[in-house]
Amino acid sequence: MGVQLPFPTPHIEYALLLPVLVVLGAAVVAVVIEAVAPEVLRRTLQPLVAFGSLAIALAGCVGLWDQRQVVAEGALVVDGPSIVLQGTLLILAILGGLLMVESRVDPAGDPFAARASTIPGSADERAFGSRRQTEVWPLFLFAVGGMLMFPAANDLLTAFVALEVFSLPLYLMTGMARRRRLLSQEAALKYFVLGAFSSAVFLFGAALVYAATGSLDFAGIADSLSGDPTNGLLLLSGTALLLVGLLFKVGAAPFHQWSPDVYQGAPTALTAFMSAATKVAAFGALLRLMFVALGGAAWDWQPAVAIIAGLSMLVGAITAVVQSDIKRILAYSSVAHAGFILTGVLAASAKGLSGSLVYLVAYGFVTLAAFGLLTVVRSPAGEATQVTQWAGLAKKSPVTASVFSLLLLTMAGLPLTSGFTAKFAAWSAAWGGWQSAVVIIGAVSSTIAAAFYLRIIVSMWFADPADDVSVVIPGIGTRTVVGVGAASAVLFGVAPQLLLGLVNGVGVFLR
Amino acid sequence: MTSTPWLTILLVLPLVAAAVVAALPSSQAETVKRVALVGSLVPLALVAYLGLNFDQTSDGGSTFQFIEARSWIPAFGVHYALGVDGVALALIAMSAVLVPAAMLAGWNDVEERGSGSVKEYFAWMLVLESLIFGVFAATDVFLFYVFFEAMLIPVYFLIGRFGGPRRVYAAVKFFLYSLLGGLVMLASLIGLYVVSGEQLSAPSFSLFDLVNLDLAPGTEKWLFMGFFLAFAIKAPLVPVHTWLPDAAEQGTPATTTLLVGVLDKVGTFGMLHLCLPMFPHASRWFAPTVLVLGVAGVIYGAIVAIGQHDMRRLIAYTSVSHFGFIAIGVFVMTTLGQSGASFYMVSHGFSTAALLLIAGFLISRRGSARIEDFGGMQKVAPILAGTFLLAGLSALALPGMSSFVSEFMVLQGAFLRHPVIAIIATLGIVLAAVYVLHMYRRVMTGSVSDSVAHLSDLRGREVAAVAPLLAVILALGFFPQPVLNLVNSTSSWVMEHVGVSDPQPTVAKAGQ
Repeated sequence: MGVQLPFPTPHIEYALLLPVLVVLGAAVVAVVIEAVAPEVLRRTLQPLVAFGSLAIALAGCVGLWDQRQVVAEGALVVDGPSIVLQGTLLILAILGGLLMVESRVDPAGDPFAARASTIPGSADERAFGSRRQTEVWPLFLFAVGGMLMFPAANDLLTAFVALEVFSLPLYLMTGMARRRRLLSQEAALKYFVLGAFSSAVFLFGAALVYAATGSLDFAGIADSLSGDPTNGLLLLSGTALLLVGLLFKVGAAPFHQWSPDVYQGAPTALTAFMSAATKVAAFGALLRLMFVALGGAAWDWQPAVAIIAGLSMLVGAITAVVQSDIKRILAYSSVAHAGFILTGVLAASAKGLSGSLVYLVAYGFVTLAAFGLLTVVRSPAGEATQVTQWAGLAKKSPVTASVFSLLLLTMAGLPLTSGFTAKFAAWSAAWGGWQSAVVIIGAVSSTIAAAFYLRIIVSMWFADPADDVSVVIPGIGTRTVVGVGAASAVLFGVAPQLLLGLVNGVGVFLR
Repeated sequence: MTSTPWLTILLVLPLVAAAVVAALPSSQAETVKRVALVGSLVPLALVAYLGLNFDQTSDGGSTFQFIEARSWIPAFGVHYALGVDGVALALIAMSAVLVPAAMLAGWNDVEERGSGSVKEYFAWMLVLESLIFGVFAATDVFLFYVFFEAMLIPVYFLIGRFGGPRRVYAAVKFFLYSLLGGLVMLASLIGLYVVSGEQLSAPSFSLFDLVNLDLAPGTEKWLFMGFFLAFAIKAPLVPVHTWLPDAAEQGTPATTTLLVGVLDKVGTFGMLHLCLPMFPHASRWFAPTVLVLGVAGVIYGAIVAIGQHDMRRLIAYTSVSHFGFIAIGVFVMTTLGQSGASFYMVSHGFSTAALLLIAGFLISRRGSARIEDFGGMQKVAPILAGTFLLAGLSALALPGMSSFVSEFMVLQGAFLRHPVIAIIATLGIVLAAVYVLHMYRRVMTGSVSDSVAHLSDLRGREVAAVAPLLAVILALGFFPQPVLNLVNSTSSWVMEHVGVSDPQPTVAKAGQ
């Protein structure tokens, strides 16, 4: 009766998966530590485990630099773009971690809520007032692990699992701000509901693409496209839904509605990491899906991507002009940046890939540093994020004002900054034919965007200082983050070949 | 040409001076100023040396001299490439004279304002000087763009930190206008990069490679428009000129001098130096449009200038009128017109600078820029009035002034090809006489009003700032040949690449 089905042991290339495995393994270890270690020990042990595993993973990435292989039974790929993206993510994670251990900025010594489950304003909360929690560390490591998997995922199911692994911890961590807790919890709920919805959309898209092509892995989908596409409508709907799911994660208009609230509500240390790393991971996955699996259907999805790119740039730039909160301004500007990166995706070529990667690297470091710098300008109520509160900052702290101006000018894309290199790389890939129109929209929205970057600079340098705002001297961690961001802005601007050579040298996606 | 990277040294000198200035303690304001002044005089000496060593005898092949080239961004085909032709050298020389003059004139700007850092003011000026040299000397279009955009930052801070009551508005308006032009130019730049990648063995931004591209007519027009818009905003031509009066009014006289006298030249310089050779067909196709814009600017700027109450706004509008002349000279496509336009750029730099700086002396004495607030100044301050008259006469192109030579050449060059344009533009000269003399009469002549009776005449420092400018104006008015020789070589290079020849080449000689 029973036919014995053979069960082959899956072949896993552990060495090639080292970065992902180390980080996910460390996350599990961190959970165990959380359960068994006493509180005092946890506070030193958790960051140690996190930074240690991230450093090992980064070293692993460097060691795997020349590896090009499909691994884990076709679930994941180790190739040039995935290693560049994973390396970038790990550096961003280390820098983001440095912001999370910062103890000198907030008077309570920690940017996260003492106990996230207590009701804001309750006696319960006050009872835990001075406590420093460590639950964020396992969550953080899971998020990083998922992000590392996402751009390397080679089939739709692995991609979905990775998406969930990094999204769920982020939802939770969004709600853990120490100050303005109601805002933070509201943001977390919004992010969770919308995020879960977008994940469902992604999954539905995956199902439709499977129905159309009979395959879940990217190579298989690409093969069936090169044949005679019989299920055009199914495939188109599936592609559209997959796109929606991913564009939600990168925060492209019109799927960006969550980002201002979440960026504003989340603890700034986390916003810094999230805004930089989520974009890197999600764009990495988007690029692989579009170029590898759906590259043969480029003519079908290019118009949609073009519209979304144009819309993101314009909506992001125009909406940011009327914002008064710097975190929200940066959130909308990140919507515009998503549009700029999409121009690279639009090119659907090797140049488009390298242009997008260059943009992601340049943008990631600068954004992380900008949010990091936001934490040091404070009023008695917490971080001072209103533009009016930053007025006259140049008089109080010329260094803070100078560095923030540099970061803003980089985001505006002024020459000799990495932002310019990035824009040039992405736009030059898309230039040609009808796609040139998107580049011109990009140029126009850059001008609009410059208006609000300038507004902050004007307020910092030319206005009279606000009274109750002070600049705290942060610890070495925050200073490192800001320093690395500013240095990358100048270095990749003055000597762009460093970054361009690195990215161009790693080649294209492996099929 | 030469193994010594003279142009790089020229670029670095002001930067070094700026760094020294920034490193000095804030308390030593006088030292800061002296170091800054010396830091701007050393480049002047170097420019003089370069001018003497510029080989004018050679024809055709070595239009560009003191050439340097190093690979900068291989992935984009970008080179750090410098080299000057006649026009570039003339404009660099003009800038090298104007920067120390502006510094001398603005010696006490910061103290009179009562706030701000002396160090910062002079350091920004030196940084700006370096970038100005770079933008004129760049022979790589990408490098040109980088300098073109980077110039915005010092000017932005000079206006926004040290200007008048509405300085922030003026600074932001200036920045956004310029950035819009710059980003549209960037789009064109990317287009050029893509086309050069298709046609050459590797993408290149070298001007010498780009002039040989074979562009499709449609593409060429689009690319031309990107560059032209940026230059038209920078110059500025009507109707994208509205930022200039605001910036000129709110900046200090020294800033405004550098802005109007030097920076705006980058726009017309770019038209002549980049647009025409790189996009010859599109330039010819758009020439009638540009000529109409130019004539409109000449007349409009002059008429609006007549109605101004603020001296600085008045001078800004006269410049709008003069930039109309320059654009006409560039786009009439005759050697005479282009040489005239190039010469116009130089002489306008000197005459506007003199006018603005002297107006600045007036304004700082009286505490007001309104023409109505003055009267009878020539009795109170005869030297001031005399220099103001000289500068004004130069602005209205009196024979014997350098501006007369250039304006005459432009009109004559225009007449060869488009008599109607030339005739209408001639009206601009009449109107110039109206606005200059009208202003002079109201400010300087008449009975001495109480509010100006106690004002002092020019001091030694102030005379030292404007005397060289007036001397140059007069010298070039009588002996324009040295500068004409310089700019003629560029004109023939441009004409050759545009592929047009003069209608009556023999007439060109008569004009000189």
